[in-house]
Amino acid sequence: MVYFWIGVGGIAGALLRYGLYLLMYQWTGPLFPWGTLAENWIGCFVLGWFNVWAHERLSLSPQLRTSLGTGLIGSFTTFSTFNVDTWELVMYGDKWLGLFYVLASFWGGILLAWVGWRLGLYLQRERLDLPQKGESP
Amino acid sequence: MTTWGLVAAGGFFGAIARFAISRWLNFRAGSPWPWGTWLVNSSGSFLLGWLVGAEVNPNILMFAGVGFLGSYTTFSTLHWEAQQFAVKKEWSTMVLYLGVTYITGFLAAFVGLWMGSH
Repeated sequence: MVYFWIGVGGIAGALLRYGLYLLMYQWTGPLFPWGTLAENWIGCFVLGWFNVWAHERLSLSPQLRTSLGTGLIGSFTTFSTFNVDTWELVMYGDKWLGLFYVLASFWGGILLAWVGWRLGLYLQRERLDLPQKGESP
Repeated sequence: MTTWGLVAAGGFFGAIARFAISRWLNFRAGSPWPWGTWLVNSSGSFLLGWLVGAEVNPNILMFAGVGFLGSYTTFSTLHWEAQQFAVKKEWSTMVLYLGVTYITGFLAAFVGLWMGSH
């Protein structure tokens, strides 16, 4: 049954990804895959926050947790399109844009996963009324 | 409308396939590596390259490419796992995991594009 709910999360993630991709394509044109970059950034940030948030929510069933984290957010972001788009930039577009795309995805992913995770911890301490990191108790 | 349906159907199976493979291989038998995530990201990059290189018909690309492989591979989980290595201060594992995944994904996409177009 958990497989089914992950599939449902996957449907939502794939549709959101495709929708945002079309929107960004209309807005920014075909020269650079801004849509996929934005999705991967957003997904890293949201998953970082979500995993902390969900960890604390004992009432959240494991099925729903996996359906949202692994199913929805996992499917919203994509690694295959990232790599194929990079090659298309390198071969048919501007190879410097290709390099920018890889670096922006890589460092943005690291930074945003960290920021999302920190935000999750910050909000968790707020809720539990604990001293924040670096703050004297 | 058909396009959205194809993307949705592909997304359903792609997410399930990724979960099944991750559950089977990630951190298996004492290995500190999420081999499952690495495998889906590499194989998915290869297959998408192949589909694009072969210029398959748009409906197949929507179902198998945008829907299935888009959901089968993941960027957020990759960076979340890397972030978890950072939290545990396992810096070399983090660098190795990201480095190996990015390099194999990049090369796999190229091999796929080349095989698809030849």
